[in-house]
Order: sequence, then structure tokens, then C-alpha cells
Amino acid sequence: MNSLVAIAYVPDTETKIKIGADGKSIDEADVKWIVSPYDEYALEEALKTKEAKGAGTVTVVCVGPERAKTGLRECLARGADEAMWVDSGDSRYLDALATAKAIAAVAKEGSYDFLWFGQKGVGYDESLVGPMVAELVGLPHVGNVVHLAIGDGKITADREIEGAHEIVESSLPVALTAQKGLNEPRYASLKGIMGAKKKPIGERKLAAMGIPEAEPSGAKIRWRKLELPPGRKACHLIPADDPAAAAKELVRLLREEAKVL
Amino acid sequence: MKFLVFIEQREGRIRKASLEALSLARRLSGGPVAAVLPGKGVSALASDLGPYGAGVVYVADRDELAVYGNKGYVGALDAAAKKENPDAVLIAATAMGKDVAPRFAARHDVSVLADLMELRLEGDRLVGSRPVYSGKARAEVDCGAATLQVATTRPNVFPAEAQAGAAVRIDTLDLGEIAPRAKVVKIQASESKELDVAEADTIVSGGRGIKGPEGWPVVRDLQEALGAALGASRAVVDAGWIDHQHQVGQTGKVVSPTLYVACGISGAIQHLAGMGTSKVIVAINKDPEAPIFKVATYGIVGDLFQIIPEVAKAVRAAKAE
Repeated sequence: MNSLVAIAYVPDTETKIKIGADGKSIDEADVKWIVSPYDEYALEEALKTKEAKGAGTVTVVCVGPERAKTGLRECLARGADEAMWVDSGDSRYLDALATAKAIAAVAKEGSYDFLWFGQKGVGYDESLVGPMVAELVGLPHVGNVVHLAIGDGKITADREIEGAHEIVESSLPVALTAQKGLNEPRYASLKGIMGAKKKPIGERKLAAMGIPEAEPSGAKIRWRKLELPPGRKACHLIPADDPAAAAKELVRLLREEAKVL
Repeated sequence: MKFLVFIEQREGRIRKASLEALSLARRLSGGPVAAVLPGKGVSALASDLGPYGAGVVYVADRDELAVYGNKGYVGALDAAAKKENPDAVLIAATAMGKDVAPRFAARHDVSVLADLMELRLEGDRLVGSRPVYSGKARAEVDCGAATLQVATTRPNVFPAEAQAGAAVRIDTLDLGEIAPRAKVVKIQASESKELDVAEADTIVSGGRGIKGPEGWPVVRDLQEALGAALGASRAVVDAGWIDHQHQVGQTGKVVSPTLYVACGISGAIQHLAGMGTSKVIVAINKDPEAPIFKVATYGIVGDLFQIIPEVAKAVRAAKAE
């Protein structure tokens, strides 16, 4: 069973975000880049499926600038068989629909039983690309998957919603977005890292794919401005020498000042 | 400017987050707007939408829509959009909304302003503000070249406002055959009857400072006193002290409650990514250097095992007044 896993290469969460000179993007100096954590669950599940079936390939795809290849190599090192880099040229915010159309084009070129995505990318935090690709390719999808069982020509997925799980059955092929709890992603072994150097990374240019949303003039989401979040007032510290008195003062403030009690 | 608002209901109850989106649409448009309500047995709920801003409600009331299915529910939104021809579509960014919005948008060759915390109009264009990079920055966004503008709104940020209103006009949608390839066969409520953090207005969360699962009763006592949901940091979930359903943070749930009480939580960036937009944050931690104090509204530096029981007591006393 063949899987296509779309990954996003995003700033590490420890990174301190600074606004870049153009006021619309982040300052990339000192940023450490990682494969988005939810995409790791997606890749791991695709690898497990391949191992369980004893056959099939796992292809990883990333739409991004040059550094995306490093992320793809990490996935190859963990066991993906081949990779496709869609070169977005520069680093500016890319409309989710453009990313989705690029991935859909790659998906249509292969024969995949599973299209895997993270439930969101922790860069733009949009949760859009996976379901968009499913719509563009004409597949059913299940989002927020925390458990997957593969049957004969169908799957049963546990989808996490507020306060419950939906148990969803779907025919194949299917698109899925991975939520934490789906599995424990493996680390790349030394052998995997060495072997990854020999695996192919295909390349194509986003600008040559005929996607209007990939150009600034055609984008259907535009970042006008990027700012740090509104600052919070300094913390009001309540002296705690007397826990009972501190507690009463806290409750008084919550009631009278914050008006939340 | 015409708005269409997607209304989520489960088991006959309309999600408050949908009423928030509906009220927002009315505020932006200056008058009643259109809504679409898919489900089974939902026709009776349509008039409840009037006070929150609906002038016309497109109802898709079918057996096949008894539980959520992407194909049927997106189909209903689609059918309503064909009749109403809106300029903008608003959907609450709940699990269902985040499932519906991107497929609907892609079908119409547009994109989505996702999980907005602010929304205004410039002329007839939506301009929103959304958290990015795990909440460490905010992007001001608009729909660029898109003709149809689609946006999802973060729950519990915009007020749901009921006003005395005129009657609602109901328009019944004809969806034809619904033949989904992905079907919900069962809904398993969480084993605990607990209020989910994603739904809660008040959350009490425990972190490493509770020292072990034996520390939960102290936290739960305050949870009960406040009528809150129980949250947890990643550290205690990974340590096996509580189920992942409670985890708040970058790889847990992102919440925006009115009151968030962090007990023995240091406030790592990944945790802040999940709760940093809470209206009021209370931090109780014995480490005065804990980063949580940088985002907290109120803080108490001290032993949570001494302080929290007193807070629970004071809350109960205040509520009894």
C-alpha cells in the first residue's frame, strides 16, 4: 500500500519569533527548522503501514524553499523511500490553497492508497492543507486521527473531536490528518541516515506548475502584517506568607477586578 | 454585503461557537444574515437562531445527517451558498468547522482565513487577525484575490449576543442523494463524563508541581469549586499521570477560556502556545522565576498544596454569598 506524506518544515517551537524587516514575515536569522510535529505522526503511521503490509512505498513531499530538502532527508532517514521537493522559491507566506494544489498535482501523478498530513503545521497553524488536497483530488478524508485500523479495501479511524471520538469507516484511497496520540514517531537510525543520502529527492518549481495562488497577485490569503501578540500587563503577584489570606485576596481580585467569578 | 454562517449542532444542541459567529456576522453586516443548519430533526432549532442574527435559515434536515459526515454537511453548506450567493462565509473553528471549511473553500477555489481572533471589514473585504507560530505572533490577513471570502472564528473569543428579533424565514434545502465514502459509524464519548477543556470557560490545570498522580485530588478540588474542566501540561501526560485528552499546549489542545488556573506549571513555550490567549490567567508555582508568571494576570508564589485548598475554600465561600 503506497502512502504520500506531506510535511511542513517549520520553526522549532523554542525559537524566539522576531518580526522581519518587511513587517510581514519572521526574521529567519537564528531560526532552527524542524519537521512539524504532527507530520511526524503522519510519517510514522505510513511507515508502520508499509511494514505491516510488507510492501508499498512511502513518498514524502514538501512545498518550501531550499531548506525543505533537509526536512525531506530527515524523513528519508527514518524510512521513507523517496521524496519530492516542490521549490517555492522564497520564504514568504504561501497560501494554503497553493500548497494544496501543488501537493494534489504530485498525488495525482502516483498511485497512493493513503495521503497523510499532520492535523496542522505549527508554523502557520491553519489546519487547511490536508482537507483541501482531499477535495482537490476527489478523495474522502478523516481528520484528527488518533487510531487507524486497515481492513480489506477500507479503514476504520478514530477521529478526536471535543469530548469524544468519532469512529469513521472509509473506503480507500483516503486522505488522513494525524493527531497526537496516533503513534510514537521513531528516530532515524545511523544506518537510516547513511542510507538516506542515496535515496532520490525529485525537484520541481512551484512557479512552473500553473498555480495562480502561488503568485502574490493571485494569493487568496495574504499576510498584510505580522506582529507580536498584544502584550499582557505585568503579573499582579499576591504575597503568600499567609496562604488563606492570599487565597481570599485572589478570589476578591477575580471577582471585583477581573470580574470572572 | 451578504454573509452565510454555518451552524453546528450535535444531538439537537446548537454550539455556542456558532452563535458567536452568527452574532459577529450580524455586527459586520449591520443586519440579519443567512445561516445554514444541517442535521436531523433540526428544523425546530432554526427559530432559535433569530435572536443571534439569522434572518433566513437554510435547513438540511435528513436522516443521513443525523451524525456529522463531511460530504453531507459540506453539501448542505454548498447548497445554501448556491441559493444565497454570499460574499462571505463564517464558520466556527471547532473540530467540525475545521473539517468543513477547507473542503468547502477548495471546492470554490478559494482559501480560508483560519481561527480568527479579530475580524473587521474594510469596505466589503474581511480583514482578520490570527495567531501563528504557536501563538507567538499574530498575522493580519485578508482574502487577497478571492471572490468568495471564507473565514473560521476561534471559539469563545467573539461574544454571542441575543437580541429581540424578527421572525426567521426557513428555506428547506434539497440535497438529493448523499452517498459518502467516509461515514461515522459510532461516537464514543470520553470514558470520563468530564467537561472537555476545548469546551470550557474555566480550566484548572496541573503540571509537574503536583508531584505525581496523588496530587490530582488537590487540583480537582479547585476544579470542582470552580465548575471547571481539568487541564494538564505535556510533562504530566507524558509521565502517565493523566490521559492525553486533558493536555493543553502546542501538541495538546489550544484553549481560550475566560479563566485559566495553572497549578505547578512552569509555563514552557509549548504550553503557553495552548493557553496564552486565555482572558485571565492565574499561576500558582513555588518558583518565582517560572516563565508562567510572565503571562499570568495574577500569581501566587508558594506551595500549591497549601495554597490551592485555600483558594478552593475561598471560591466556595464567595459563591455561597
